[in-house]
Amino acid sequence: MDLTLKIWRQANATAKGKFETYTVKNISPDSSFLEMLDILNQQLIEDNIATPVCFDHDCREGICGMCGLYINGRAHGPDKGVTTCQLHMRKFKDGDTIVIEPWRAKPFPIIKDLVVDRTAFDKIIAAGGYVSVNTGGIPDANAIPISKKDADTAMDAAACIGCGACVASCKNASAMLFVAAKVSQFAHLPQGKVEAKERVKNMVSKMDEVGFGNCTNTGACEAECPKEISILHIAKLNREFFAAKIC
Amino acid sequence: MSNVFTFSIGKKLVMALMGLFLCAFLVVHLGINLALIFSSTTEAFNKAAHFMGTNPVVKAMEIGLFGGIFLHILYAAILTLKNWIARPVGYKIGNNQQTSFFSKYMVHTAVIVAIFLVLHLFDFYVKAKFQHGFVNDVVYDGKTYHDLGTLVLERFKIGWVVVVYVIALLGLGFHLIHGFQSAFQTMGLNHPVYTPIIKAVGYIYSVAVTLGFIAIPVAVYFFK
Repeated sequence: MDLTLKIWRQANATAKGKFETYTVKNISPDSSFLEMLDILNQQLIEDNIATPVCFDHDCREGICGMCGLYINGRAHGPDKGVTTCQLHMRKFKDGDTIVIEPWRAKPFPIIKDLVVDRTAFDKIIAAGGYVSVNTGGIPDANAIPISKKDADTAMDAAACIGCGACVASCKNASAMLFVAAKVSQFAHLPQGKVEAKERVKNMVSKMDEVGFGNCTNTGACEAECPKEISILHIAKLNREFFAAKIC
Repeated sequence: MSNVFTFSIGKKLVMALMGLFLCAFLVVHLGINLALIFSSTTEAFNKAAHFMGTNPVVKAMEIGLFGGIFLHILYAAILTLKNWIARPVGYKIGNNQQTSFFSKYMVHTAVIVAIFLVLHLFDFYVKAKFQHGFVNDVVYDGKTYHDLGTLVLERFKIGWVVVVYVIALLGLGFHLIHGFQSAFQTMGLNHPVYTPIIKAVGYIYSVAVTLGFIAIPVAVYFFK
């Protein structure tokens, strides 16, 4: 496959960025999107055309949440329920022009090229996205009864890898699906109920503080989430919030 | 309860509750207006308008109504402004994913409805309430009423007025289609079984209210 790539290049956080156009040839349809970018970078270095394009990645198995590119107007590209690293070139056609952009949101400032700083998510997690436990002996796995339904729902929410595709695809750059997944994950489990009220208040407060937009229930986040997390969890977040603040 | 409205979700709750309150108001408003086209005289409409204008309970609710509109717009403005600030640099290729069509244009339809609301209020409500002699009096059974019905009929005989009303009401309809079901999601009411029913009810409500309101100027223009 021969492809034309329009890629956002930005030297650093404060530099003015712009799109640069590159071409890559003989790309295998079986290669992943990131492998295609590896080939481009190799070419840029060997032919001394430009500095390599920076992009985030780690496990390349779709589970770490590090990769995230906005490809042809869609977070993680045209495939459904996959991260950028699991997107394969067979989803494109020979001769295609592919526009690659970084996540765009004020709380996700660009570090370089396609790499954004997602520390805002860490701040939200630090505000309450955990369960406090005392150290001691390992508790018996089945000592606390949890229904299959609750365990499954909590697991669905826990599938969130914090990649930021929800923020990237939301027209308001809202982080509600991310926060909802983290709150809902614990709200469905007995271990999470102890700190439930403080957790939801603190996490929503931090979400507002770091500058994410507000949910308008468009559903773009669940459509683009690589883990296909449902906006049912956003409703759960809202219920948890009202229970904590009003009841 | 303290400072719940300082949170984004608290502000959205106010918008949702006020939105549904305004949805209920629209039904009452439409019910009274339909008297104009389903009755051969303006008597039923004038009597209903008189009741709405003089009943102390309705008058108290009128304050709530204007308060509801104000809060809905105020919080919408605050939240929308924050949304715009949250993405200072947009994408070269905007998102084209399969999401609700109407939800993408809530701000646009809101502006249409807000402009229309101002025009509509000045057209009838303000003039009838504060401009002395603007409305003629009419007597039924020895009691004097404002002849608002005739005023409305005369207004809807003007072609461009009818066109403006139809366009604005379509904007309202599009706003309602997303707004109705979105309010329930904001209140935390999302359920695999009941949410499709809420969405269907919201759709039927929005279409019925929109067509009902559009029918009035159109019917008056062509048939009265």
